[in-house]
Amino acid sequence: MGASDFSKLPHIGESLKRKEDYRFLTGAGQYTDDVVLAAQSHAVFVRSPHAHAKINSINVEAAKAAPGVLGVFTGADVAADNINGLPCGWLITSTDGQPMKEPPHPILAQGKVRYVGDHVAIVVALTQQQARDAAELVEVDYDVLPAVVSVADAAAGTVAGAGLHDAAPDNHCYKWAIGDKGAVEAAFANAAHVTKLDLVNNRLIPNAMEPRAAIGSYSRANDEYTLYVSNQNPHVERLLMTAFVMGLPEHKVRVIAPDVGGGFGSKIFLYAEDVCLTWAAKKLNRNIKWVADRSESFVSDAHGRDHVSHAEMAMDKDGKFLAMRVHTDANMGAYLSTFASAVPTILYATLLAGQYTTPQIYVEVDAWFTNTAPVDAYRGAGRPEATYLLERLVSRCGWEMGLGQDEIRKRNFITSWPYQTPVALQYDVGDYHACMTQAQELADVAGFAARKAASEAKGLKRGIGYSSYIEACGIAPSNIAGALGARAGLFECGEVRVHPTGSVTVFTGSHSHGQGHETTFAQVVAARLGIPVENVDIVHGDTGRVPFGMGTYGSRSISVGGAAIMKALDKIEAKAKKIAAHLMEASDADIDFSGGEFTVRGTDKKIPFGQVALTAYVPHNYPLDKLEPGLNETAFYDPTNFTFPAGTYICEVEVDPATGSTRVDKFTAVDDFGTIINPMIVEGQVHGGLVQGIGQALMENCVYDRETGQLLTGSFMDYAMPRADDFPEFKLGHVCTPCTHNPLGTKGCGEAGAIGSPPAVINAVLDALRPLGVKEFDMPASPHRVWEAIQSAKA
Amino acid sequence: MYAFTFENPSSTAAAAQLIAQGGKLLAGGQSLLPSMRLRLANPEKIVDLNNIPELAGIRREGNALVIGAMTRHMDVANSADVKAAIPALADLAAHIGDRQVRARGTLGGSVANNDPAACYPSAVLGLGATVITNQREIAADDFFVGMYTTALEEGEIITAIRFPIPKRAAYLKFKQAASRFSLVGVFVAQTDAGVRVAITGAASSVFRHAGLEAALNQSFTPASAAAVKIDASDLNADIHASAAYRANLISVQTQRAVAQILG
Repeated sequence: MGASDFSKLPHIGESLKRKEDYRFLTGAGQYTDDVVLAAQSHAVFVRSPHAHAKINSINVEAAKAAPGVLGVFTGADVAADNINGLPCGWLITSTDGQPMKEPPHPILAQGKVRYVGDHVAIVVALTQQQARDAAELVEVDYDVLPAVVSVADAAAGTVAGAGLHDAAPDNHCYKWAIGDKGAVEAAFANAAHVTKLDLVNNRLIPNAMEPRAAIGSYSRANDEYTLYVSNQNPHVERLLMTAFVMGLPEHKVRVIAPDVGGGFGSKIFLYAEDVCLTWAAKKLNRNIKWVADRSESFVSDAHGRDHVSHAEMAMDKDGKFLAMRVHTDANMGAYLSTFASAVPTILYATLLAGQYTTPQIYVEVDAWFTNTAPVDAYRGAGRPEATYLLERLVSRCGWEMGLGQDEIRKRNFITSWPYQTPVALQYDVGDYHACMTQAQELADVAGFAARKAASEAKGLKRGIGYSSYIEACGIAPSNIAGALGARAGLFECGEVRVHPTGSVTVFTGSHSHGQGHETTFAQVVAARLGIPVENVDIVHGDTGRVPFGMGTYGSRSISVGGAAIMKALDKIEAKAKKIAAHLMEASDADIDFSGGEFTVRGTDKKIPFGQVALTAYVPHNYPLDKLEPGLNETAFYDPTNFTFPAGTYICEVEVDPATGSTRVDKFTAVDDFGTIINPMIVEGQVHGGLVQGIGQALMENCVYDRETGQLLTGSFMDYAMPRADDFPEFKLGHVCTPCTHNPLGTKGCGEAGAIGSPPAVINAVLDALRPLGVKEFDMPASPHRVWEAIQSAKA
Repeated sequence: MYAFTFENPSSTAAAAQLIAQGGKLLAGGQSLLPSMRLRLANPEKIVDLNNIPELAGIRREGNALVIGAMTRHMDVANSADVKAAIPALADLAAHIGDRQVRARGTLGGSVANNDPAACYPSAVLGLGATVITNQREIAADDFFVGMYTTALEEGEIITAIRFPIPKRAAYLKFKQAASRFSLVGVFVAQTDAGVRVAITGAASSVFRHAGLEAALNQSFTPASAAAVKIDASDLNADIHASAAYRANLISVQTQRAVAQILG
């Protein structure tokens, strides 16, 4: 079935209440910490208190002798058992043709620690209290080394002795580039005007509601391991852990990611703790649980963003973009996390065309190791960084050309599709003017002048900010990803199991950690088969039950995972029609299926779906000579292109110049997600994304001490997580141009809010402060920083 | 959390005996318990004040409100007596922490802890209150000694605080966005003894600002406060705010508190 027919099915586009919410809201969710195994013991990790230090010795004798302790392991034990380091899943090749530097990422430190929170030892005891007590008895003798935490300091190379890895003594991981540098330089030489911008994309700490957690388990009976883990892609976790780290056969390891309380990317990755628990479970022949406390999450979860960039746009006299060039320094942290290398390259630079017809773009990226937690994908992963840079630059172009933020965008919007950008991607479809028009109406842009005057009368400054974002989702065509350095395929798998009574279980490789797949996916299946949504259950997150899967990230679940289910449903429908034809003594070609009934075209013969299902499993009257019994189909779907959600966001802020307090007064988001299956769930995703993006723009900021490398924002007392009362009501709107290359017409909606909103906020802040002479401003727009910008402009 | 023993006395005298033997007082626990959970505090013996009825309650005594040390923030915020006599104090209590903190946190606990960014110490100092202990009475001006330090002696327990009722008062808190403690909180009161301005969040401990008090005693207007230059040299500087910014907030918040008082 194609996208056009699909979107017309009953209940597609209806806001069904989420099936999973009863369990979540009544405390019946089963998160990893809710899983209690027999004779379960507890692990605590000994972590580095230093950002950079040589380990002279580790004395574990006192810890081993402490009450209840079952085992204490260090890097020496890891080395003795030949456990490898954690792999990076994406190879980036430098401009000189050399592969990126991939220093070892040991699961327990090998002679050196490289960030505060780096894992040094694992202590396993009968109770968590005993493990904590014993962990304090592990004596580590360190020689503290100089630390470097920012890309500026790493790139400058001015901190002597701060080389993290032997494989990269200058801390440089790679230099990567995309685009035609010569053509860009030629275009700049002929430009009527060049707009330049320096900017910082502030580092963020993900902070999922459920901290990371895992239980390692081993069965001597059949030499099988089970790992329960709060994770977004259990099959990928298993593949990386077995094939790359532990050298185990995949069929002997089962990974279960039960209910997961948020991830935002931070639970995509294979972490050292997961491997340690699996490994130690066999060594001790015990089930071992570890649940991160919040302080551990702050120091040890992969962080997000942390780019420093310079960008330039060349324009003709009418503000038409001629060429853009960008240089970005990206912070990798101390080690390469699972997809770290792809974030500031493939997922970033390829998005820098945005919604515009800029004919030439050249982007250069330097990636650096620093003494900080590894940095990896975080809601949007490279695309928020691209959007923030481009949309800040475009608004500045508009101001410098005297055109306004809307006009500069409209003059440069792409208006025909498919559109080939100069940075590899080909957009299939869109309507950027329609998003802009609707956003301006919903935001009441016409009334802005009056609202600004009212603010002025109160001594406040009001500004309006635009952001027209695009993202590449539905990740990804495996062949293209492979050519770009991916070390994995990016398809998805779906199995539809019709039971004899006509109810259905769907096994999907996508993973829901808050996205509501149990409802949306069930809605798709129920609509296709014409059965009640209650008769469809979705199973995910278990390598022992789901055939295979690549998991959930990059707003890919419905467009790739959903498409795989659609393909499986095509197979179900085709087989069911043959069974129905046999039952009704008609030709296969004369069978129609809709509304849960099979009919014979041109007759009044019909039978319901349930009767066909029963016949498939009780094949007494059945074409056994040409058709197998049963009704259970599996499909793999590999997308032919990315999907391209896009939209325009408009933010209005009110700034109190006396204190720098900045309040988001209005926020309007118009998105084109293609087909929408459940509008309520989509709205929830957009709201969540917006608060994360606006949170970054206004409040959130990860700060390491420049000298010591200590994390200064290591708790919610210092890391400003936004709360509900920090936001206004959001106004949402939708434009729909269905994706042209998947069977649902969907594009994905999980990250848009976080991608599109930060530049809208900061453009609004700059618009408010421009009359005061403020031209430069980096996130976050905390009162103190806004006030300082005003004071600097005065000086 | 490390292991500890737990004592549950039913009188202030019994509690005093227990802390003389090395016990640590537990009031609302909103600072102590998180520290214990993080293993940053390691008391061997906890002496719980939560079952001593004489320590809680609000009563009017002449031209003063006497509030028991174990009175919860929530009860101060909701008290008709407090709202009528010192609305600024009820308002302050209504905006400490969140609902859960206000349901457990206590006046005495906050004042004894003297967190540099806590709200209550600014009211105690700004209103010229008297801290009543099981041994003596201590004037607010003598009570707050430094960061997390007070004039309390070993074994001394705050039993109540006597707040003289001011003519008018206002408390303006500018929140630190993460913790929502005060980045700068300004308590301004017009009392029988003149204007008092107490500042919290800005320095190592709550303090009175003599320059602002002098200016406002001369002329109780926002402009008068605005004319006072705030010296930033002893103010805190951290990742949330520079000393100069805190100085600015002291000025702006004082002006706005005065404007609020003047209506």
